[in-house]
Amino acid sequence: MIDLLDKHRPIAERFARARSLGVNTIGVTNERMISPTRAIINGRETILAGTNNYMGITFDADCIAAGNAAMEKSGTGTTGSRIANGTYALHQELEEELARFLNRRHCIVFTTGYQANLGMLSGLAGPKDTIFLDADSHSSIYDGCTLSGAKLVRFRHNDATDLDKRLARSEGEEGGRLVVLEGIYSMLGDRAPLADFVEVKKNRGFQLLADEAHSFGVLGPNGRGLADEAGLEDEVDFVVGTFSKSVGAIGGFGAGNHPQFEVLRYAMRPYMFTASSSPASIATSLAAVKKLAAESWRRDRLRLNSARLFGGFKALGLDMGCDVVSPVIAVKCPDEVTALGMWHALLTAGVYVNIAVPPGTPNKLCLLRCSVSAAHTDAEIDRIIELFGEVVAAGHGRKVVNG
Amino acid sequence: MSDTIARICKLLEPFNTNNAALSPQTDISTDLNIDSATVMDFVMEVEDHFDIELPLNVLAEIRTIAELAEAVEARTRKA
Repeated sequence: MIDLLDKHRPIAERFARARSLGVNTIGVTNERMISPTRAIINGRETILAGTNNYMGITFDADCIAAGNAAMEKSGTGTTGSRIANGTYALHQELEEELARFLNRRHCIVFTTGYQANLGMLSGLAGPKDTIFLDADSHSSIYDGCTLSGAKLVRFRHNDATDLDKRLARSEGEEGGRLVVLEGIYSMLGDRAPLADFVEVKKNRGFQLLADEAHSFGVLGPNGRGLADEAGLEDEVDFVVGTFSKSVGAIGGFGAGNHPQFEVLRYAMRPYMFTASSSPASIATSLAAVKKLAAESWRRDRLRLNSARLFGGFKALGLDMGCDVVSPVIAVKCPDEVTALGMWHALLTAGVYVNIAVPPGTPNKLCLLRCSVSAAHTDAEIDRIIELFGEVVAAGHGRKVVNG
Repeated sequence: MSDTIARICKLLEPFNTNNAALSPQTDISTDLNIDSATVMDFVMEVEDHFDIELPLNVLAEIRTIAELAEAVEARTRKA
């Protein structure tokens, strides 16, 4: 008999190697949360700089009160899917509020951001269609593409000319064409050059979906994302986003102006065959979206904090993932062992960042990935810079690993 | 060795970091220890070299260099 788990031996060995260096990257436990930017990890108070908690809204008193009130009033869970017993007035209220915020005619809420991509991509594209996806797309996009059964063509990251070439190769084929981009790419923090892609769209004709997971609430004068920042919202047919970043809860959405948009509710298995979000989760998301709409100072604060960290890293001479200020700031490491060592040294010294290694990164990069929060104080940002100076710029990672 | 296989082997060189010996039966992912993302990057080079489209769903069925060559030839003939 073949043991089904044998195939995972290479990955198990890789984690065992990391653990033998005294580093357990997936075993980090927040023993106690103190604030959006602080937690107790390994018994020590640690600055959190890898949480995607861009607005630092997770401990907002109004959001917590809204969640508590919804749980008291409507219970702990909905015990059903949106197409059965799981649609409450709250779910509809959140969809309406989001549609207003996004300035889109239609919005559908999902239980997680991952499911939002699975649902939207599999609902929009079918086996006769072709999806063109950016090479650096998030796994939820790849998985949504697979679920759709569509033909999948990958184009070079952020390269509109490369997309154009690949569209040309598929001219005359049956079925529709969907192009998928992200507002801010989660690993390197770079933005899609939307204007370039819109030019290709005008010449070739396709429908465009933008995943604004990391840019929703963050970019643009109205906080609606990259398309808002670029002034090109009319060119983006479908928007996907998540509540687990700037909204500080869990869930996701798909939105658009297409007159037939609502039919997707009956065509997306990841929407139809899962329980809807709990009342508390929906209510906190609703309260948070209202705050994103009303309180633009949060975006301003995030921009200032991002610029402070970016500038500090630049002054240290660190090799960064992209040269534009973004709330995602990734530092390149020469190899996996060094990255593990530096990551561990940073955690021990009191700052948690994400470690990202191949195949989860583009171009085989090993990254120490920071995400900035509007809730970070100047002192916290300065401390993160100081520790990166001591550990990363000074090249202490390898030394720590070797004891 | 067919011309297509020889050209694929040439394109594979920069990805074959362990300098493993290549044959038509070489499993591109497991024999060369190349991760899934890198295999996709390699296939992009193949697409551009032959000016064809090798969709990811077709790629899912391909394991060896010979199978890849067969898929490439089927598509160059179509073009």
